[in-house]
Amino acid sequence: MTQAEFLDIVMPFKDKVFRLAKRLLVSQEEAEDATQEILIKLWRNKQKIQEYNNVEAFSMTMTKNFCLDRLKSKHAQNLKIVHSNYQDKNVSLQKQVELNDSVDWVSKIMEELPEQQKIILQLRDIEQYEFSEISKMLDINETAIRVSLSRARKTLREKLTKTHSYGVR
Amino acid sequence: MVLDKIEKLLEKYDNGETTLQEEQQLKDYFSQEVVAPHLEVYKPMFVYFLQTQKEQFTKTIPLQPKKTYTLYKWLSVAAIAVLMFAVYIQFGDQAKSMDELSQDELLAYNQTVEAFNLLASKFNKGTESMDALTLMSTSLEKGTENLSYLGEFSNTQNKIFKN
Repeated sequence: MTQAEFLDIVMPFKDKVFRLAKRLLVSQEEAEDATQEILIKLWRNKQKIQEYNNVEAFSMTMTKNFCLDRLKSKHAQNLKIVHSNYQDKNVSLQKQVELNDSVDWVSKIMEELPEQQKIILQLRDIEQYEFSEISKMLDINETAIRVSLSRARKTLREKLTKTHSYGVR
Repeated sequence: MVLDKIEKLLEKYDNGETTLQEEQQLKDYFSQEVVAPHLEVYKPMFVYFLQTQKEQFTKTIPLQPKKTYTLYKWLSVAAIAVLMFAVYIQFGDQAKSMDELSQDELLAYNQTVEAFNLLASKFNKGTESMDALTLMSTSLEKGTENLSYLGEFSNTQNKIFKN
């Protein structure tokens, strides 16, 4: 397999790997390092890539495991929290500031979720994977995924309601 | 009514029962500027999801080009082969047989052999004179034997003195 062929396979989902890594590791740099690491691992095992029937799902599983390992290891003890700037050109400045605030809250609230729920919410609501795909990636049955997804969504909404009504900004 | 539909979808959504298409409808609805006031809470959620989805991995992917590795490997093999060949050319054909020697070389060879022979004969003379030394050492051994007699004598002398 040449580099070009490998990149053709990897390119479509490298952003998803990165976003999942960032969801779990929070810091931008950590997530970038993790993504590079995972892509290098894939490249080293490129002979086996054809054997995997779904490289993307395999890579997502790898990412999840890698990041959880990373969090467990001492390496992760000096994680930096970095928030990227959100842009939305459609709304007026005043609205944009308000919205950015509450949108920021979503990411903060998501950080507080248990890892499992974080991963599932990320894979479903952001990456838009089918339940069957998520089930394969995480090796959990679909019902369990629906349950923790529902829990995650409800927690998210409840906490958002609280910040709204208290006017905490 | 649209709002009615959205509310139903939201309920399904909270229970984790929506399909991807339905979730897309929700996202579309909440990316509008104005949403129903009592559904305002959901807006940041869906906006956040849509925004995060656009985030990209911008760093380069550092793949080591394996091809140059194999190239280097073969280059080193070739270099060693060339080196060995050069060494062979330089020093390899030194050992000639006697027949191939020229007149001068033969003369030089014979002279060297003669010189070595002379040296060897002198060595032999030297070893002959060494024989005298061995003779001396044997008589020395005899002498030490006699000395042990002397030691015995002194022992008996001591005994006599004690008495």
